[in-house]
Amino acid sequence: MPDGAPLDGSAQLPHGDDVLSREEQKSHPLFAGRVKVYPKAVSGQVRTIKWAVLAALLAIYYITPWFRWDRGPDSPDQAVLIDMAGRRAYFLFIEIWPQEAYYLTGLLILGALGLFLATSLFGRIWCGFTCPQTVWTDLFMWVERLIEGDRTARMRLDKAPVTGAKIAKKAGKHGIWLLISLLTGGAWIMYFQDAPTFVVRFFTGQSGVGTYFFVGLFTATTYLLAGWAREQVCTYMCPWPRFQAALLDEESLVVTYQKWRGEPRGKHKKGDSWDGRGDCIDCKQCVAVCPTGIDIRDGMQLECIGCGLCIDACNDIMAKVGRPSELITFESEVNLTRAAQAEPKRFRAIRPRTIAYGVVLLFVSGLMIAGLTARAGLELTVNHDRNPLFVTLADGSIRNGYQIKVLNKQREPRMVELSVDGIDGAVLSVVGQAAQGPTVTLEAPGDDVATYQLFVAVGSEALEGAEQPVSFVVTDPETGERSVRNNVFRGPEK
Amino acid sequence: MPTKIEKDSVTGTETTGHEWDGIKELNTPLPTWWLYVFYATIAISLVYFVLYPSFPGINGYFGGVLGLQQREILDQQMARAAERQAEFVTGIEEASVEEIVAEPALFNFALAGGRAAFADNCVPCHALGGAGQAGGYPVLADDDWLWGGSLEDILLTLHVGIRHEPADTRYSEMPAYGALGIYDADQIRDTAQYVLSLSGNATDPEAVARGAENYEFDCSACHGVSGEGGRDFGAPALNDAIWLYGGSEEEIVAQIANPRQGVMPAFGGRLDESTLKMLAVYVHSLGGGE
Repeated sequence: MPDGAPLDGSAQLPHGDDVLSREEQKSHPLFAGRVKVYPKAVSGQVRTIKWAVLAALLAIYYITPWFRWDRGPDSPDQAVLIDMAGRRAYFLFIEIWPQEAYYLTGLLILGALGLFLATSLFGRIWCGFTCPQTVWTDLFMWVERLIEGDRTARMRLDKAPVTGAKIAKKAGKHGIWLLISLLTGGAWIMYFQDAPTFVVRFFTGQSGVGTYFFVGLFTATTYLLAGWAREQVCTYMCPWPRFQAALLDEESLVVTYQKWRGEPRGKHKKGDSWDGRGDCIDCKQCVAVCPTGIDIRDGMQLECIGCGLCIDACNDIMAKVGRPSELITFESEVNLTRAAQAEPKRFRAIRPRTIAYGVVLLFVSGLMIAGLTARAGLELTVNHDRNPLFVTLADGSIRNGYQIKVLNKQREPRMVELSVDGIDGAVLSVVGQAAQGPTVTLEAPGDDVATYQLFVAVGSEALEGAEQPVSFVVTDPETGERSVRNNVFRGPEK
Repeated sequence: MPTKIEKDSVTGTETTGHEWDGIKELNTPLPTWWLYVFYATIAISLVYFVLYPSFPGINGYFGGVLGLQQREILDQQMARAAERQAEFVTGIEEASVEEIVAEPALFNFALAGGRAAFADNCVPCHALGGAGQAGGYPVLADDDWLWGGSLEDILLTLHVGIRHEPADTRYSEMPAYGALGIYDADQIRDTAQYVLSLSGNATDPEAVARGAENYEFDCSACHGVSGEGGRDFGAPALNDAIWLYGGSEEEIVAQIANPRQGVMPAFGGRLDESTLKMLAVYVHSLGGGE
């Protein structure tokens, strides 16, 4: 920078006017202060839908743990329960063992695919309507509005000096917030502990330290995220806005300001002509109601959660000034162009993108259903001993050792029969049991895994090589249920 | 930091000066709360520094005001573990090996303890799982025993060893028929053929016939008339499929001419009584226990 140049960057320099000196840098802080958002109350079609969704989701969240489901004696009767200590997850009639955690993976995959499909069709409806962050923030804002009043009242209150009334209002608001947070944190624990028992134990001080810690943790996070952090969670913390752009295309419905209709914007007096100007009267109501404090007229932005409250606000104004509604609307980019060219609108739900998501979604759902219906009540696992791989016995026969696990997913204990296919003259014996022969009978305790050390001996003439494939079969003679597990029988090189 | 910093003409934000293929990185400021979280982590690290062992000195180190000692914690944990094991440890001290096997809780404890002691002391010769090794290290998982495979027999072998220091060690010595000049080479081969015939593997019927007399005179006293072996002398059975030093004619000839005498160290006195009992239970469980 030449000597004597003004420091305000106004001088025309060879680099253009977007060059800042070090001096100018000093006036630029290292961090950005938060601009507090005071969303205004609004009513309308979108708001009504949002209230309904909010009520339904909160009801599901708080009520689900209280549903009962009879599974017989000695087992929990809560319809939805993830029993960490008992290592079981219960979903109505489904009972998931730890080794079946892939069902949970499947659920997560279904959730992700559903989200992708919904996003490619309707934009960020997950963010705007169903995300817990949005639902609880909405609930907290409703409480805030009830106590402190609407946008302008709240702004005035924040600027006002501290008085008894202000303290009372603030304390009331935070008190109710904390109460809701406690209920939220408590309800979360009920998915992991029997709900009625938990409530009694929690309030009589009998719950474990871990329980109080987690209730406290979820209470704190609910209070901080929904009460204080709010839109900052969506803007700074959440990864979803970062990659949702990759899921949208020009056919996806997004909250859009119809620029072709609104511009040029400007103030409008009653009786003035609407010729030669846009419908937007620049009343800034869309900005006032926005929970993330953005101006939708700037186009699609990372901060926009697609809640559509600006649609309600604008429709209200359009009705008042006597212009057609839906200046801000759920619309696709394609339709915007088409409408500007006076072509009819279209909505194409079936596109390569949605077909792909739909097909994968159906495929994974099919796999899950097939997996659940074919879920075995009796399972066998077989581990060949590593040391020794085989033992030559005095009479020249060859013996292999295996570790056998029998999983009985029934509540009742049962006796099962174990045999080996694929090798002639096998004699089975179980360590600790006297009986031996071509089949052995094992006890499988109910809802448990039984482990046995098994020896299988065959004459050396039955072996064709160093390794022979065999299959172990466990059968419940009463129900006919069976489970087969392939393994090998090893012997000396021939 | 570059002396001149560009300001992006679209957003008005300054750039970091980094540029990739014409794309410039914006120096977007952090949100305030984020900065506070950063400061909070620094504050927490200072608190940690004061509370816990953190800084080396010339004579030792700064131990922190909480006085945390990880060695003490380890000692406490070991003491707690010993406390939880006490019931089983005394159980095993007081019970006989047969009683241990009959009591499932003690049996499981002995199996686990025996497996660990086996890995420390026995695996170099007998291999993991008692798989044995070629060249005279017996398989412990089969059903053939030199000195007996009952719990008591195994325990005794562990105590006194084989051909080892204690006065009461299990001892026997096969004469070196070749090295001492008792047999000539042909006699040794004939005897080897006879030995092979006991398990039906002989290849030369005439040699078998010639060797029969030698076997009857010199071998049957220990190895048995039909080669069934003799446990009083640790004499291996010769009529089965298991060969300590190999079952080919060549290997049998070598063993008759100049036998190898396997040694197992006595573990009595080296390992405590409970460990020996657990080892006996474990070895007995490997698949050949009698």
